[in-house]
Amino acid sequence: MAEADSPDVPPAPVPEKPAPVRVYRHRLPTRIWHWVNAVTLLVMLMSGLMIFNAHPRLYWGQYGANPDRAWFAIGATADTGYVRFGETRIETTGVLGRWTDAEGEEKTWAFPGWATIPTSYDLAAGRRWHLFFAWVLSAGLALYMVWSLLGGHVRRDLHVRRAEWSPRHIWDDIKDHARLRFPRGEAAARYNILQKLSYIGVIFGLLPLMIFTGLTMSPGMDAAWPWLLDLFGGRQSARSIHFIAAWLLVLFFLVHILMVILAGPINEVRSMIGGWFTLPPEREGEA
Amino acid sequence: MSGVLLPRRQLIARAGGLVAAAGALPLLSGCDAISEAPAVRKILSMGEEMNRASQRALMDRDALAREFTRADLSPVFRSNGTKLPDGAAYAAHAATRFADWRIAVSGLVARPLSLSMADIRAMPQRTQITRHDCVEGWSAIGEWTGPQLRRILEAAGVKDRARYIVFRCADRIDDALYYESCDMVDALHPQTILAWAMNGAVLPIANGAPLRLRIERQLGYKHAKYLTGIEAVASLDHIGAGKGGFWEDRIDYEWYAGI
Repeated sequence: MAEADSPDVPPAPVPEKPAPVRVYRHRLPTRIWHWVNAVTLLVMLMSGLMIFNAHPRLYWGQYGANPDRAWFAIGATADTGYVRFGETRIETTGVLGRWTDAEGEEKTWAFPGWATIPTSYDLAAGRRWHLFFAWVLSAGLALYMVWSLLGGHVRRDLHVRRAEWSPRHIWDDIKDHARLRFPRGEAAARYNILQKLSYIGVIFGLLPLMIFTGLTMSPGMDAAWPWLLDLFGGRQSARSIHFIAAWLLVLFFLVHILMVILAGPINEVRSMIGGWFTLPPEREGEA
Repeated sequence: MSGVLLPRRQLIARAGGLVAAAGALPLLSGCDAISEAPAVRKILSMGEEMNRASQRALMDRDALAREFTRADLSPVFRSNGTKLPDGAAYAAHAATRFADWRIAVSGLVARPLSLSMADIRAMPQRTQITRHDCVEGWSAIGEWTGPQLRRILEAAGVKDRARYIVFRCADRIDDALYYESCDMVDALHPQTILAWAMNGAVLPIANGAPLRLRIERQLGYKHAKYLTGIEAVASLDHIGAGKGGFWEDRIDYEWYAGI
């Protein structure tokens, strides 16, 4: 809070524009975790798409292979590429199933080279990237969970207050987001309800879901922790959930980037690097 | 056992070509260049050792892979890798229903053995319905019958110096006969069996007749088919190119395939 905002202080000579108020918004563990995750999730997504290319079909249940019915598949006909959901087939020639690489060569892997690590088909290398960064993701998440629970980040910043749970409050926040009307002044120093819910959902929902469905695909882990198979309904169900949850994380990323751009990208990115966030001034007549 | 494989040289050439055409795709070719750098490969490979060490720490030495019921069997059990070994010798064995097939047990053992299929079937048998997981991502459930590997190793008297068991196969892929290996923990595991029957019938040729390995806590490429020999060794350095398996030596699959 700037002194000038307080009613107890006699008004100082009013400058043309009030000095910008800066708040310490992101503590160091949050900033480190954020940027480590930015790299980790990109590597995991792209190497994961490489692994998917080895068998671009998804099933529900304990087993699933080429003779079995896939609920989702990316494939190629003699001259097209397609994505199939259940019985619905969508042509995706040029992007998925059939595409042309940087050397002008036509390929029929599911995801194109620009989206995978490495660029050309190499399952062993894709797995090495994926299974190494899985440790970075898991260790980072575990440490961040402990720090945010014990260090007060959850209690202070992510905890949803009783008033915020009211449907009216949530609806108002949705409307504000839809109108691109972002909080200003003191309100911008805190997370709004939609932010809180999405951060909680990612930290305590999607990321653990990714890790545990990933572990369920390991035959060694299934022997060590057989409950994984019961939890997700089988190895192939876990693989399907892993794939779906990966795209939910991509969706989170897209909305996250959009919000950063709309809310003031320089201020937002600077605060995630140095920690200090400049509060956008109150709108005229709303203070 | 992967279906479609590009030779490593071709992959490197392709990565190189992309680096040359880096104008449009600097990030991607950068990734490939990073991916090929020896130091990076070394760091990333730490993941395999971390996975092996942590899985061994988390799981009981004899923790069992889930066993299913006949109702859970895959309607069609997909075969992969070699579906019919080349050569007149194998064809002749197949024509006589493998009556003269022999499995040599050699290396660091007190009593080298040469077992016939009748010997294998005369041993105490284990039947298990388990899930087969390919490194590519698919799974199939099948029922397998055969003696536990540990009984064969006990009969041969494996010496204390032996740290790995190497599996020799009759199927040639490109330049070499297939081979695989595992450590003594997996070799002595109760579900590690030499299966001669699948789904209640004699093992089909496409699935490894007359005898294949089942090593249930690891991925499919470890489950060597068309077994001709079992060898106890102290080190994998002199097996193939030293990484312990056909695909490990050729396209860098991890030797520990528990994940």
